[in-house]
Amino acid sequence: MKQPILQLNNINKSFPGVKALDGACLNVYPGQVMALLGENGAGKSTLMKVITGIYSLDEGEIRYQDKVVSFNGPRESQKAGISIIHQELNLLPELTIAENIFLGREVTNRFGAINWSLMFEQADLLLKRLKVKHKSSTPLNELSLGEQQMVEIAKALSFESKVIIMDEPTDALTDSEVDSLFVVINELRDEGYGIVYISHRLKEIFEVCDDITVLRDGKFIAEKTVASMDEDTLIELMVGRRLDEQYPRIASTHGTVCLEVKELYAKATHGVSFTLNHGEILGVSGLMGAGRTELMKVIYGALARESGDIILNGQVINPSSSLQALNHGIAYISEDRKGDGLVLGLSVKDNMSLCALKDLSKGWQLDHQAEATSVNDFIRLFNIKTPSMNQIIGNLSGGNQQKVAIAKGLMTKPKVLILDEPTRGVDVGAKKEIYQLINKFKAEGMSIILVSSEMPEVLGMSDRILVMHQGQISGEFSAKEADQEKLMACAVGKNNNEVAA
Amino acid sequence: MSSNITSSGTSKRHFLSKEWLIEQKSLIALIVLIAVVSVLNEYFFTIDNILNILRQTSVIAILAAGMTLVILTAGIDLSVGSILALCGAFAASMISLEIPVLIAVPVSLLGGAVLGSMAGLIISKGKVQAFIATLVMMTLLRGVTMVYTDGRPISTGFTDVADSFAWFGTGYMFGIPVPVWLMIFVFAGIWYLLNHTRFGRYVYALGGNESATKLSGINVDRIKIGVYSICGLLSALAGIIITSRLSSAQPTAGMGYELDAIAAVVVGGTSLAGGRGYIMGTLIGALIIGVLNNALNLLDVSSYFQMIVKAAVILLAVLVDNKNK
Repeated sequence: MKQPILQLNNINKSFPGVKALDGACLNVYPGQVMALLGENGAGKSTLMKVITGIYSLDEGEIRYQDKVVSFNGPRESQKAGISIIHQELNLLPELTIAENIFLGREVTNRFGAINWSLMFEQADLLLKRLKVKHKSSTPLNELSLGEQQMVEIAKALSFESKVIIMDEPTDALTDSEVDSLFVVINELRDEGYGIVYISHRLKEIFEVCDDITVLRDGKFIAEKTVASMDEDTLIELMVGRRLDEQYPRIASTHGTVCLEVKELYAKATHGVSFTLNHGEILGVSGLMGAGRTELMKVIYGALARESGDIILNGQVINPSSSLQALNHGIAYISEDRKGDGLVLGLSVKDNMSLCALKDLSKGWQLDHQAEATSVNDFIRLFNIKTPSMNQIIGNLSGGNQQKVAIAKGLMTKPKVLILDEPTRGVDVGAKKEIYQLINKFKAEGMSIILVSSEMPEVLGMSDRILVMHQGQISGEFSAKEADQEKLMACAVGKNNNEVAA
Repeated sequence: MSSNITSSGTSKRHFLSKEWLIEQKSLIALIVLIAVVSVLNEYFFTIDNILNILRQTSVIAILAAGMTLVILTAGIDLSVGSILALCGAFAASMISLEIPVLIAVPVSLLGGAVLGSMAGLIISKGKVQAFIATLVMMTLLRGVTMVYTDGRPISTGFTDVADSFAWFGTGYMFGIPVPVWLMIFVFAGIWYLLNHTRFGRYVYALGGNESATKLSGINVDRIKIGVYSICGLLSALAGIIITSRLSSAQPTAGMGYELDAIAAVVVGGTSLAGGRGYIMGTLIGALIIGVLNNALNLLDVSSYFQMIVKAAVILLAVLVDNKNK
């Protein structure tokens, strides 16, 4: 086995009340891609922050190029050659690519003025190496997310990094962008970089990584080669128990039509019609930017409708605000928890009851007792891991945040529940719990729309599947006849199924 | 009643534990300040002086109470001083015309609420930044006040009506000045509003994340108009107190008070970014500034130097607050 270039040994790190890292280890080898895996809250992000010195470590040592090191912040670790590309890119959209790459280290002449031509030249070289088809004088906001990721990588290369850590790099990328990212990762590996790849998507791990390190509850669980693993054993290592089946589907009892959408037109929705039955899970698949979220927000009254009708139980409702939709019994759980899903600075309780406060008050006065009772009921029912209902929700893991978000929608006792990417950024264990909850609602007769970019999820959970492409429905399948290839074909608009006008 | 002060969402703290002490730091700072000044000057810690401080603080504290609501929604209100002056002048002229107090006062308060709601409308419906909208209102209303008063004070006159109006600024109830009672009622009211009503919960939510609040089916425009209206109403109340106390309305009354009110809110630990803070912190913040003003006067510190000391204390308070985040 090769000598690791970066080695973390028995790292301990405690926060008040929590042992975030408890003997965590990680080895990064030059010319290999190391996957770092673990459920949300397993300590991956904490470990990254320990490497860069954002957190000081309580015990253990970091060895880099055979020397014990300790960094005092990302600037120092980056200078030493360890770059981290965070899930949320740290780029400035208004500046050019070159300015972003050399931010804080601009190429200057001896009077301190920026030497633009030299800077653009150097940046262009980096972009060429990564096969990005833009000039470095292009403003960053003209780039797609995948290309912006490449700029982050270019930035890492410009530091002459030896270790590049990527945290969930494919989360917001389209499939083709993922492919080109993998090409670059493979090239970097061949050039001898040590790469750490953090992801929830197991498929990608098997595609691009050489070794796997698993963390659980801040502890080091195993370091294995990818070749020696399969998906099931990997999941077992991560969650510490065996997950029998990922998608616990239950048989559907097809009811009558609950929600009908007729010829709906809006900004990014071009003539969409579909029906949703009582007690049905309707999957909505499609690529990013296909207009799924927009469609759902129109149905939920959060985006303006131009024409067409939304009919709930035979009654035209056409909600013009979210409040109207909620009053009619339509709840929408946002794909973007941080953006418009949750108020991260407020407590679990305050978030969960936000939509349903009217039912939890007497007159204009809040009924704290009733609120606490129903919030605690949901915490128990959903198995939400929080020290108390007064915990600030931003401190919970993604999976638990998502459960609170779903509970928030359910508190309004909806007839139609729209779940937009309910398992994004959620670890495997919590994912399955969420699937079981969805099935439970279905069994109780709730009608559910499940929007998801993860095809196995849509295929595994839905009774019927719609595929969207450019604001239109490009295909409809029953669960039986659908498979990944068919969905993909419709998602890219290949067989242009014209929806009856 | 465990969630009073920490309703912004922190978990329950044990009395006198380290976390509790950190959370109550503004209260502790106030107590330390009082203790130190009491040692330096024997007159300071007497009933007379304490009541004096409370009365002097009441105007800024009442403004700061409204400002707390606005700042919790991630807004700001620069127009409080101008609303104070205009509504004070309006009240003074009504009193001088011998319009009964029971009509003049509610009408002035309503006037303040309407002026506040105008700022709220511009901000929510016109999508103008709160800073700009209330800066416009501040300048506009000061101008209106100057035009209305012709730049001269308006006396409340020497009638029976004026005498009963004077009660608001100079009267006593159970040995405690009326403005202090008003301050207590205002804070109790806002505390109730923030902790025990839907409106209060929505204020925190709106300040924490506007789009999430909107997507939760909450009419955020209404909440915004609501907080600016309340802030305007309380500014008018402050104007009534000042006018009543001086028996006349000064056209320049309340100039610069918006900054004192904002300082009290910030010293009290409320975040200018919105969504986090508590009303009782604002009361303590206002008292810290009030005690400081009083103490510097008692200790014969020149008024020029007082400003420097005040700035230093505010900076210190904010720095300590940041450190514990």
